[in-house]
Amino acid sequence: MSDQDSVISCHNLWKVFGPGRMPELTPTTTTEDLRASGHIAAVRNVSLSIKRGEMLVVMGLSGSGKSTLVRCFARLLDATSGAVMVEGRDIGAMTEPELIDLRRRKMGMVFQSFGLLPHRTALENVAFPLEMRGQDRSSRIARATEMLSLVGLNGREGYFPRELSGGQQQRVGIARSLAVEPDIWFLDEPFSALDPLIRREMQDEFLRLKAMVAKTIVFITHDFDEAIRLADRIAIMKDGAVEQCDTPERIVMAPATGYVAKFTSAIDRARVVRAGALARPSRGQSVDGAALPAQATLHEIARQVVSDPRPHLPVTAADGGFLGLMDRAEALDIILGPAA
Amino acid sequence: MTVVSLHPAPAAFDQRRTAQALLLLAALLTVGRNVLPEQLVRLPEAMVIPFAHWINAVFAFLRDDLGLMTLTRTFSDVVEFCLDVTANLLYGKARWPRVGPIPWVVIAATAATVGHALGGRRLSVLAGGTFVWIALMGQWQWAMETLSVIVVAAPFSVLLGLALGTLAWRFRAAEQILNPLLNIAQSLPHFAYMIPVVVFIGVGPKAGAIVTIIFSVPPMIRLTLLGLRSVPPEIIESGKMSGATRWQLMTRVRLPAARTELLIGVNQVIMQSLAMVVLASFIGMPGLGQKLLQLLQALKIGLSFEIGLTIVLLAILLDRMSKAWAHRQPVHHATDASWLKRHPHLAAWIVLTVFGFVLSALHPYFTEVERKQALSLAGPIDAGVDALLTVIAPVAEWLRWFLITWVLIPLRDAFLWLPTSAVLVFVAAIGWRVGGRRSALVCLSFAMPIALSGWWDRAMITVYMVTVSVVLAILIGVPLGLIAAAKPKRAERMLLLCDTMQTFPSFIYLIPVIMLFGVNDVAVIAAVVVFATVPILRYTIEGLRGVPPELVEAAEMSGASRGQMLRHVKLPLAVPTLLVGANQSIMFSLFMVIIAAFIGTQDLGQEMQRALSAADVGKGLVLGFAVAFIGLLADHILLTWSRDRVALLSSRSS
Repeated sequence: MSDQDSVISCHNLWKVFGPGRMPELTPTTTTEDLRASGHIAAVRNVSLSIKRGEMLVVMGLSGSGKSTLVRCFARLLDATSGAVMVEGRDIGAMTEPELIDLRRRKMGMVFQSFGLLPHRTALENVAFPLEMRGQDRSSRIARATEMLSLVGLNGREGYFPRELSGGQQQRVGIARSLAVEPDIWFLDEPFSALDPLIRREMQDEFLRLKAMVAKTIVFITHDFDEAIRLADRIAIMKDGAVEQCDTPERIVMAPATGYVAKFTSAIDRARVVRAGALARPSRGQSVDGAALPAQATLHEIARQVVSDPRPHLPVTAADGGFLGLMDRAEALDIILGPAA
Repeated sequence: MTVVSLHPAPAAFDQRRTAQALLLLAALLTVGRNVLPEQLVRLPEAMVIPFAHWINAVFAFLRDDLGLMTLTRTFSDVVEFCLDVTANLLYGKARWPRVGPIPWVVIAATAATVGHALGGRRLSVLAGGTFVWIALMGQWQWAMETLSVIVVAAPFSVLLGLALGTLAWRFRAAEQILNPLLNIAQSLPHFAYMIPVVVFIGVGPKAGAIVTIIFSVPPMIRLTLLGLRSVPPEIIESGKMSGATRWQLMTRVRLPAARTELLIGVNQVIMQSLAMVVLASFIGMPGLGQKLLQLLQALKIGLSFEIGLTIVLLAILLDRMSKAWAHRQPVHHATDASWLKRHPHLAAWIVLTVFGFVLSALHPYFTEVERKQALSLAGPIDAGVDALLTVIAPVAEWLRWFLITWVLIPLRDAFLWLPTSAVLVFVAAIGWRVGGRRSALVCLSFAMPIALSGWWDRAMITVYMVTVSVVLAILIGVPLGLIAAAKPKRAERMLLLCDTMQTFPSFIYLIPVIMLFGVNDVAVIAAVVVFATVPILRYTIEGLRGVPPELVEAAEMSGASRGQMLRHVKLPLAVPTLLVGANQSIMFSLFMVIIAAFIGTQDLGQEMQRALSAADVGKGLVLGFAVAFIGLLADHILLTWSRDRVALLSSRSS
C-alpha cells in the first residue's frame, strides 16, 4: 500500500521513555538493550498504514504500548524516532499552530475515562472543541445539541458529567469527538471502563454511528472479542511491537506468531471465519443444491453445515455468483473443534 | 519497592552502629560535663557569628540604597486604598467612597444568604447568627476592622499564590527555588514576619494587612501547584485534541479542573489570614485581636471570653463557608426554569437587602448598635468563673506549685545544663539513625546555626517547653485517640471536633488557661498542650482508621483479642501516621510557645517580642530562623522516619 492513499502511516516508529540521552535505535534494538540503559520502549519499531475509511483496531494487553501508539498518531506524545504521516504531512514536523489547526479540523478522540470537563455541562463539553476554534455561540450550541441527540442524549444537555452514568458520559465524549466533523477518529479503549452490558450496547451504538459518519478510525482495545466484532483490520501488539496486522479472519486462521496463536486459541473461530474464506475453486466439480452466502460466519450457518450430508458445499458471493466449494469436514472442524 | 530481607541489610546495620556510637559520645560528653573544656559546654562569645548585623546591613542596603522602600510604599499604597474602601463600607471610616457604613442587618442578611447558597440551612443560620451576635454584643466596629483586612488581604494572597504556584508548575527551576523557601516560610513563627514589615511599612492596619498577605501566601502556592499537577491527564489530552492553545488549555481546562484544590487553597489563605490578623494586634492592627490582647492583659476574663467567642464563631464560619464552596458541585437546572428558579439566592438576597436598608432607615439601631445598647455576658461569665475558681483554686494552685517546682524548673535547668557539644552530637546521632550520614548532616546544619547565633540558652528553653508540651500532648492525645477510634461514630465526632479546634486562631487557647492558671509558665504549657494535643489526637484516630479492614479481619480470624489486635496489628500499622501527627504537634507547639511569650517566658519568643518592639530586623529574623530550624530539624527526623516505616510496611505487604 503506498502512502498516497493512506490517511495515517508510520515508519519505524519508536517511543522510548527514560532519562537522559537515548541510545541509538535500530530495527535490531531489543527491549533488553534499552532496559540496560534505564529506558523503556513503549512503541518499538512500528510501521503501519491506514487507508481512508478503514477501521484499524489496535489490540494488546495493558502495557503493550497501544495507547502510546495512538498518542503518537495524534502527537499527544512526540515520537522518539521514526515519522508519523497524517494525510501525507509529517506530523512531527508541524509547528504548534499547524498542529492545533489540524486537531481543530481533522481529528477527534474518545478517551477511556471520558476526559470530560467536570465544570461544564454535557452541552458545553460537546461545544468545547467548537469554542476552541472560535465558532460563534449560537452555531456551536446548535451543532452540540444536534450531536447530543445523535448519541441519544436529548434532554440531558444541562447535566454535568458527574450527574450522568458512565455510558452516558462516554456518549458525551463521543459526541464531543465528532462535533468538529473530523476525518480521523481515535478511540482509546472507549468502552473498557463500562460494565459488560453497557459495553455491548455502546458497541452497537458505535457500529450505528460508524456506518453513518464514514471516517478513518483507529480503535484501541484490550478485548479481543471487541476487536473481532468491530475491526476491518486488527494490529496485535506485544511489548511495543506489532506482532501481526491483518483481517480478523487471517489473524484467527493464520496467526503469524506463537503469541498471536495463543491469543486466538480461546476464540470461537466459527464466529470469525466466514464461508467465503473456506471457498476453494471448484476445479470442474459441480455440486447441486442450496448454496451458502460468502459473508455469513460459520456460526450463522452452523446448523446448515452440520445437517447437510454433502462433502462439499457451494458458496455464493454477495452478488449471487458462484464463488467456490467449501470442504464440509474443514468447516465442521472449525465449528466443533478438531476431532479428538 | 526494595525487597526487605529477613536480616537487616548491612547499610541499616552500619546506620544503627554509627548512631549508637554517636549516642555514646553524647552521653559521655554529658556525664563528663564538669571536666569538659569550657568551649565544649558553651560556644565561646568570640565564635558567635553576628548574623543579626549582617541581616541588618542587608536590610539597610535594600531600604536605603536600593530604594526598595519606594517599591514597598507603592504596593502598600495600593493595599491602603483597598483597605480604606472596605473600612468605609464595613464600618464607615471617613474615606472614599463615603457611602458606608453598610447597616449590620444588611451584612448579616448577606452572610445568611451566602451561607444558604453554599451549605444550606445550617450554614445560613451560623452565618446570619454570627453577625447578629457580633452586632448585638456591641463588637461590630472591632469585628469589621478585622474583617476589612481579611477582605483585602485574602484576594491579594490568592492572586499572588496562583501566580507563583503557576510559575513553579511551569518552570522546574522556579519550583526548586520556591520549595525550600516555602518549607522555611511555613515554619517561621508569626512574629518573624512582622518585624521586617514594621521596618518597611510601619505599624497599623496597613502593616497588618501586608503581613497577613505575606503570611498566607505559602499554602496557596502549594495548593496551586498540587491542583495543576493533579488534573487527570485524559482531561488535558481531551483539551489538546479539542485544539486548545496553551492559554486556552490553562484558563479553560487546567484551572477549572483544579477548582477543588484551588478553593481549598483559598480556604487555607482565609484561615491563615484570620490567625495572622488577630496576632497583628502586636503591630498596632486594631480590631478583635487588639481588644482581646488588651482585655487579657487587664485580666478581664468575661469580656475577653466574649471576644474569644466572636473570633471562634468567625473562624468556624469562614472555614465552613470556604470549604462548602470548595466541595460544592454544580447542579443542572431544568431547561425551562424561570429566572427566579435559576437564581433563588440572588432574588432572596435582593429582597433581604432592600428590607434591611428600609429597617435601618426607620431606626438607627439597625445600622449600628451603640455600645450602651449592647448586650453583655461579661458579668455572669465573670461571676461563673469566680465561682469555678473558688472551687478549683486549691487544686489549680497545687498543680501549679507542683509542676513548677518539681517538673518544670528541674527540667529547664537540666536542658540548660546540657553541654552544647553533647546536644549537637545527640542530634547527629538521631539523624544518623533515621537516615544515615545525609540526615545527620541535614540535622547538624539546622542545629549548628542556632549554636553559632549566640541564642543557645533561649533556644534550649524553647526546646524544653516544646518537649514537655509534646510529651504531655502525646500522653493525652494517643489514649484519647484510642478511645475515640474504638467506635466509628465516636471517631467521626472527635475528628469533627479536632477540625473545628484547628480552625481557631492559636491566640484563643490562651483565654481559658489564663483564666485557670493566671500568667506564668504553667499557663503557657497548658495552652500549648491543648493546642498540640489536637493534631496528635486527630492522627491517632486517622492512623487507626486507616488500617486496611482485611488485615483486621485476618487478625480477628486468627483469634486476636482486642489488646493483641491493638498491639500487634493496629498500632504498628498506624505508626507512620502517628509520626506525622507528632511532627505537626511539634510545629503547633513551637508556634504557640512563641505566641505565648507575651505572658512572660524566657525563651526565643520573649526575645522576639523585644525585637519586635525595637523594630530590630536582624535580631528578629535570627530568632525567627532559630525557631524555624528547630521545627525543620524535628520535621526532617520524624518525616524521614515515617517514610521509612511506610516503605517497610508496603514492601512487606506486597
